Amino acid sequence: MRIFMLGWEFPPFISGGLGTACFGLTRGLDRLGAQVLFVLPRPVADAASHVRILSPASPTAAGPAEHPFGRSAAEFRQARFVALATTLQPYLRPVPQGGEAAASGGRTRTGGVRGVGQAAPAPGARSAVPGPTLGGGDHYSGDLFAEIERYANLACVLATHEEFDVVHAHDWMTYLAGMAVAAESGRPLVVHVHSTEFDRSGLHVNQRIYDIERAGMHAATRVICVSHLTRNIVLRHYGVAPEKVDVVYNAIDDDGPPEGSALPPITRDEKIVLFLGRITMQKGPEYFLAAAKRVLEVMDNVRFVMAGSGDMTRRMIELAAELGIGHKVLFTGFLRGNDVRRVFQMADLYVMPSVSEPFGIAPLEALSNDVPVLISKQSGVAEVLRHALKVDFWDIDEMANKIVAVLRHPPLQATLRDHGGFEVRRFSWVDAAANCLKVYETALAAAR
Amino acid sequence: MASICFYFQLHQPYRLRHFTIFDRTPDYFDEAANRTILRRVADRCYLPTNALIHELIRRHGGRFRVAFSLTGVLLDQLARHAPEVITAFQRLAETGAVEFLAETYYHSLAFLYSREEFTAQVRQHTDRIRTLFGQTPRVFRNTELIYNNTLARAAADLGFQAVLCEGADHLLGYRAPTYLYTPPGLTGIKLLLKNYRLSDDIAFRFSDRTWAEWPLTSAKFARWVQQVNGNGYVVNLFMDYETFGEHQGAQTGIFDFLRHLPEEVFRLGADDFRTPRECITAYPASGEYDVPHMISWADTERDLSAWLGNAMQSNALHELYRLEPLVLQRGDPDLLEDWRRLQSSDHFYYMSTKHLADGAVHQYFNPYESPYDAFINFMNVLDHLRGRLGAAQRSA
Repeated sequence: MRIFMLGWEFPPFISGGLGTACFGLTRGLDRLGAQVLFVLPRPVADAASHVRILSPASPTAAGPAEHPFGRSAAEFRQARFVALATTLQPYLRPVPQGGEAAASGGRTRTGGVRGVGQAAPAPGARSAVPGPTLGGGDHYSGDLFAEIERYANLACVLATHEEFDVVHAHDWMTYLAGMAVAAESGRPLVVHVHSTEFDRSGLHVNQRIYDIERAGMHAATRVICVSHLTRNIVLRHYGVAPEKVDVVYNAIDDDGPPEGSALPPITRDEKIVLFLGRITMQKGPEYFLAAAKRVLEVMDNVRFVMAGSGDMTRRMIELAAELGIGHKVLFTGFLRGNDVRRVFQMADLYVMPSVSEPFGIAPLEALSNDVPVLISKQSGVAEVLRHALKVDFWDIDEMANKIVAVLRHPPLQATLRDHGGFEVRRFSWVDAAANCLKVYETALAAAR
Repeated sequence: MASICFYFQLHQPYRLRHFTIFDRTPDYFDEAANRTILRRVADRCYLPTNALIHELIRRHGGRFRVAFSLTGVLLDQLARHAPEVITAFQRLAETGAVEFLAETYYHSLAFLYSREEFTAQVRQHTDRIRTLFGQTPRVFRNTELIYNNTLARAAADLGFQAVLCEGADHLLGYRAPTYLYTPPGLTGIKLLLKNYRLSDDIAFRFSDRTWAEWPLTSAKFARWVQQVNGNGYVVNLFMDYETFGEHQGAQTGIFDFLRHLPEEVFRLGADDFRTPRECITAYPASGEYDVPHMISWADTERDLSAWLGNAMQSNALHELYRLEPLVLQRGDPDLLEDWRRLQSSDHFYYMSTKHLADGAVHQYFNPYESPYDAFINFMNVLDHLRGRLGAAQRSA
């Protein structure tokens, strides 16, 4: 199977779960012997050429530290990666104050990029760019739609030189490209819905983005959703025929800790409850703080850590102060690499209070780091994770009730951790890739 | 001649209401849910099955005979929400064809944690049965047929003449559950072993259309029972009463099966129905049934893992029984009653994680979405109860 895959994030240039998912899925496909050509928009600041093919056979000239696919070379047998010179930064949400990186709740910050239509900032000064406010669709970068079209055109040019069986497009940014390549090549299109405009923007839906999402889903031969939660949105809000929509859950690859990365043990008296992710409306940070306030009414030796950054960071710092729990809440800013592992190692409980979470890989990461999880019922991962505590994101008292229970009852924490750690091993990217291959087969059969 | 020995279990716990760490009033039980469930089970199972059994006893001149075990917590709830069920059982008692067994009043696991509490609950239950039904139980069944050699001795010490337990293959070996046995070294007490194959044919497989024997007719079942002749005395059919009308809905034909079973058994001529006490009077013990470790009638493991399979269950039970001296010392009847209601095995069954793996087990009227929720809720109630005892709240 040869797949022409269109994405826009890949480690280490990610701003959320999408890049992580694309990496895992591509590697899973690679291990199953599928040939993936992964096409990415390349940050404008990086280099000049329109198209660069990067693979183990033809390494790039770029320095390894900034190399977007530096870690890929050793991990892929078949996959090739192509970066197109566009400036797509769809979710760039500048922070309204200095001293913070752009939203990138996953693992690493997006390096060396800028929003299209804005003046190129001096290196390191990106956080000072005044940003639009939350709400509406206007937090998307200005000239994004032109860039999407450019990406589509360039992808089409590239596609004429390539042989492939199916076109697989990840999220709305790549749908135009996916539709164009599919039309040009006569190959079936599979679109993969990692999130919808309704998840990202609540009720303030950007009509143009919605239209692109809808067009992509309707043009596609098959639609893959990351959960039934998302599938329901796709059916209800986009009017897609149910029989062509499949669910393929995300996964996590347990590669074990990196070599030589043993961390010294941490001793402490306090319990630690962890929020880790983008501090944005979608992630429900204010519910985390409200629950923290309730927890602190019944117990004292607990600290709440908010790791991550986002457009609501400053508001959350203020809220913690307003609630009178400022001294009990620690904002770490954005964490990466060993710092993420370290904060997991400190945590007694990971909380994901998301208002809307199509899937949510972070709880799987917490479990694989031996941290029990409390997740919002409004998340896709809640459909498949059994050994987790679950709560409605708005139910502050119940959230606090469950946090207190985990902190007070070590046997509860141990049972969640042990069973959860075992359960998380069932989520394999190779299995997810195998499910995608089945979807491709169905798409090909339908196209014949 | 072989005898069918029917024993039906009836129990409904006091399910807890949603109780958080922020709740302040000692109002632990979900009155509305418990009443609703009780009414439903009374209407679908208890009342129609009682009426049918009464009819069968009359029609066959007392030759159809059965035994019941009703927990104290069920009787208390029936008295409040469905007193006509108790009346129906009293009418059954008057036929002389029905035997009532003894157990712990609260359907508890007290035997595992406190012998004094166990004894107190068995006595309380025996008194209640005597008061309601005018007979003193002589045969004992422990919660969920949890049993070992030590339990047999404890039952003998309390004056019981027989104990019901599971006929576990790994303990019986080549021997059959159709004989009576004694515990090792104890002669004054007999054991009746559940015939799990024939019991489960009715209780679990009756409506299973993938089962090779489906549909199970009364005539077919009577023939299976007859085949025991020459290899034993009794076919012990032990099951939840809810088998009739609830686990196996009326539409499955379960009531017709029961209605015609006596006549099919009598038609073949060789067999009859006896209650446990009649069985131990009629038949000798044929050997020793040695059970050094705890067994039960639950799941394929036939052990305690449904109630004590994870750290949460063990923790909850230990914390609960740790309060015993304080509760008794206080002498507050409301507190004592609350503490004892918390002992019902159901609360710990809801915390079991072993069924999550296959997701297959039918958890009957389980009010929780997950075993973790069950644990959290129970521990919140227990924390509150501890607070009432004046003991220091467990520090976090």
